[in-house]
Amino acid sequence: MEQLRRYFRPEQLRELSLVFLIVLIFLFFGTQIEGYFSPRIFNRVTSDVAIMAVVAIGETLCLLTRNYDLSVGSVVGLTAFFTGKLLSFYPDTTMPIVAISFAIGLGAALGLLNGALVAYGRVPSLIVTLGTMAIYRSIIVAFPAGTKNVVTHELPEWILDLGRTNLFSIGGFNIKPLVAVGLVMVVVFQLVISYLRFGRRLYAVGSNPEAARISGLPSQRMVLLAFIMSGAIAGLGGFMFLTRYGDLTPAAAQGMELMVIAAAVVGGVSTNGGSGTMIGALLGAMMINLLQQSLLRWLVISNFWVSALLGLLILVSVTIDAVIINRMRDIWARRDLKSNQGDEKKMIKEKGKA
Amino acid sequence: MMRSILERLRGWEGLLLAILIVVVLFNTFSTPHYLQVQNQINLFQLHIEKIIVALIMTFIIINAEIDLTVGSVMGLAGCVMAYLFEKGTPFEVCILAGLLTGVLAGAINGFMVSYAGLTSLIVTLAGLIGYRGLARVLLENRSIGNFPDWFDRLGQQPLVGPIPLALIIFFVLLIIALIILQWSGAGRHIYVIGNSSEVARYSGVNVRRVKMILFVVSGFIAALSGLLLAARLGSMRGDTATGTELEVITMVVLGGVSIFGGTGSMFGVLLSMLIILNLRNGMGLLDITGEIQTGVIGVLLILSVLGPNIGRGIRDAWSRRRRVQHIHVGEVENRKEDNL
Repeated sequence: MEQLRRYFRPEQLRELSLVFLIVLIFLFFGTQIEGYFSPRIFNRVTSDVAIMAVVAIGETLCLLTRNYDLSVGSVVGLTAFFTGKLLSFYPDTTMPIVAISFAIGLGAALGLLNGALVAYGRVPSLIVTLGTMAIYRSIIVAFPAGTKNVVTHELPEWILDLGRTNLFSIGGFNIKPLVAVGLVMVVVFQLVISYLRFGRRLYAVGSNPEAARISGLPSQRMVLLAFIMSGAIAGLGGFMFLTRYGDLTPAAAQGMELMVIAAAVVGGVSTNGGSGTMIGALLGAMMINLLQQSLLRWLVISNFWVSALLGLLILVSVTIDAVIINRMRDIWARRDLKSNQGDEKKMIKEKGKA
Repeated sequence: MMRSILERLRGWEGLLLAILIVVVLFNTFSTPHYLQVQNQINLFQLHIEKIIVALIMTFIIINAEIDLTVGSVMGLAGCVMAYLFEKGTPFEVCILAGLLTGVLAGAINGFMVSYAGLTSLIVTLAGLIGYRGLARVLLENRSIGNFPDWFDRLGQQPLVGPIPLALIIFFVLLIIALIILQWSGAGRHIYVIGNSSEVARYSGVNVRRVKMILFVVSGFIAALSGLLLAARLGSMRGDTATGTELEVITMVVLGGVSIFGGTGSMFGVLLSMLIILNLRNGMGLLDITGEIQTGVIGVLLILSVLGPNIGRGIRDAWSRRRRVQHIHVGEVENRKEDNL
């Protein structure tokens, strides 16, 4: 039992039950919808999950530090729009690497503005990102040159191919570059937040900002970095969005911030900072997209039920967090404390003998 | 009384008043239509639902909570009314059902926040998505209009002199809100809870009940504004009033109410409403589109919190420097004494 407790954390239980639920939803709709296990649905869901999961990574970095980034939807829209414009103005001369770095760099710059205002301007993140959400969106609208939209036939071939080609496929189930990028990002950032000093400090700053500051952590710099990375990652998300859709209006990715925060929250990332994982956020994104795509095809109820159910899902998952997971975490922490005290006593005894 | 007005003018409200005067002067000189009575009424009428909701949002944010559902509740209440109307229910019952929907939605939010103890931001985020979803379930992608004539007339035509019904409702609610928040015991309780709900609880304030009541009232007022919006537009769709919550929160925060609760006043919020309305009106008269207006207000929102922070930072730096100089001078004098 003690051994089990040491290797098993409440967060993992939560993630396992999410996996279980996703499988359950999957099997349920498999019996309801004809051709549900076909490659077509698989390909659509995985592409959408990839974009949402990537943006959710950035959002999670901010949430870990007890800050919100409500501007991610606008950042995705803005970077997708301007990268699209760049490519349609110079379709022959712009290399892929330039376009990708442009998107990421632009996102990072927008994130830098958010982060500087939050960390050094001491403006609450909710207010900053509420403001920049509107500001970034209005920059797209104010963009003067040519038509208001990005259209597919003006874009160079390679970017459209990037959305279409497959990295490899197993019996018709294609893994697209988008999906591969999404998976790699999740794994890399999961490792970053679990093992790197940067990642552990994010948790520290978020779970108790005052304690983190007093113990000498560079809190302001950590928050700034979290916002810059969130922006840069949203920029990458914007590029992925462009390759996925091609046609963009100034309203592209509007409202995405809510979906992304919903994914993170369903995945167990706390909005009070200091707890949550990237794997959780990915699972949240998977669950939301799977529900969306399945309900669209399920003929029993109207597909307008999607967001009503999504609201309920968020509510249920935070209630479960508050009632069960937090209580488990308390029990775990208390036992940890006890066993640590036991260890200390043993050490003192041994010292005494020596 | 005089003294307290002067004190207010030296603080946040004075700054807002100055901004308001600048905006009004600018508008007056840039367009001749601005000062006409009809334009002044229009200026309120075009955003009347938002400023009505902002009144109750002020209470909620001072109470250190937030209600993101208001836009969705406005939509849902209107959609419930329109849906029942389409099914042939008597119109008075439809209106009542719309208002009840708002009360119910507010009660669900309030219960989850005050009795289940969940964070209001997340509860109402779920509500924002969920209630909007229900509104869309009811109307799908139809648009329902052709409400009874008297209803449309109430929304679109003046009731007393040049003043429409919604504006009268706003002023009545404004006076009630001012009295409750600034000059009553209940208002003190709301501030105390906003400052520290622990302290409030130990001093015998029924924190849960206050929060519950505020959320229910917020649901009711949002539903009322949703119906007013339906009357003004003459039709309802599943996505009517999307995004209202952000502008309402902007108005309240710009009015000097801290997003962490406990500070701010109705006077400040009133001034910030006037600033935003006049700014939008002026930009509208200059043919600036809605999205860019929202962007400008976003800039104003950030600056409104950043400005005082920078001011405080500079003051702190100055006083620190002066203190350092004092210490320095003191040390030199001490050394002189030592030498003697």
